[in-house]
Amino acid sequence: MAITYLHLIFLALAGFTLLCALGVVASRNLFHSAIWLIGAFAGVAGLYWLLEAEYLAIAQIMIYIGAIATLIVFAIMLSRGMMIGRVKMNNFQAGISAVVAALLFLMLSFVLLQVNWPVVEQAVSVDPIPMIGEAFVTTYVIPFQVIAVLLSVALVGAIMIARER
Amino acid sequence: MSATIPLSWFLLVGAGLFSIGLYGALARRNAVAVLMGIELLLNAVNINLVAFNRYIVPQQVTGQVFAIFVLAIAAAEAAVGLALIISIYRSRDTVNLEDIDLLKG
Repeated sequence: MAITYLHLIFLALAGFTLLCALGVVASRNLFHSAIWLIGAFAGVAGLYWLLEAEYLAIAQIMIYIGAIATLIVFAIMLSRGMMIGRVKMNNFQAGISAVVAALLFLMLSFVLLQVNWPVVEQAVSVDPIPMIGEAFVTTYVIPFQVIAVLLSVALVGAIMIARER
Repeated sequence: MSATIPLSWFLLVGAGLFSIGLYGALARRNAVAVLMGIELLLNAVNINLVAFNRYIVPQQVTGQVFAIFVLAIAAAEAAVGLALIISIYRSRDTVNLEDIDLLKG
């Protein structure tokens, strides 16, 4: 297998993403966690770009970095829960959680390296974005409507829960 | 473009991100940190969906459509979760999950 520059880009993006994810769970200061989280989201967007899913890469940047990360930073600021100082950052089950996560990773990588995936050597369709739009109004029209209603209800509910009484 | 990279590399990144997110969701004491772990879990799932779409049905967009559904669910989950955290902080003055035991018998 020839190593091309794409492999190097993939390894850089994957290493960046996983490093940022480790920063999210290992930072004591929650604000630093949020900054690492933005890095992890950006790395995942880069992986989408590498997988030729440009629409999702842009959506990832706009929704995750633009909206969700901002919301999380607001919540940290509003709850003064930065965990600075001598506060314990992990609960009593941190050790067993680390073991479970490591075992899960080993099991998943063992399984997915065993399986012979039915990979198709084929280019992606010329323009996937019109296909996505078409899928939303034909095959997936019911899930699309349901998700739209769910999102509206959730956002109105969030405003009702968080407002001052 | 990405066809020279083996599919299993993307799946390994997804598995690693999922495991890290699981640790974050299980081990942290702060509710906002737990939510950040859950966001990492959803991102790992999305990587798998898009990678399978690219490698197994490259002429269709099924995986990308489902990834967009997951994105919308993640947005709803983050909004409701953070609203709950702010509401609990107002009434209990803490976001530490070990101190929020109102429903414990």
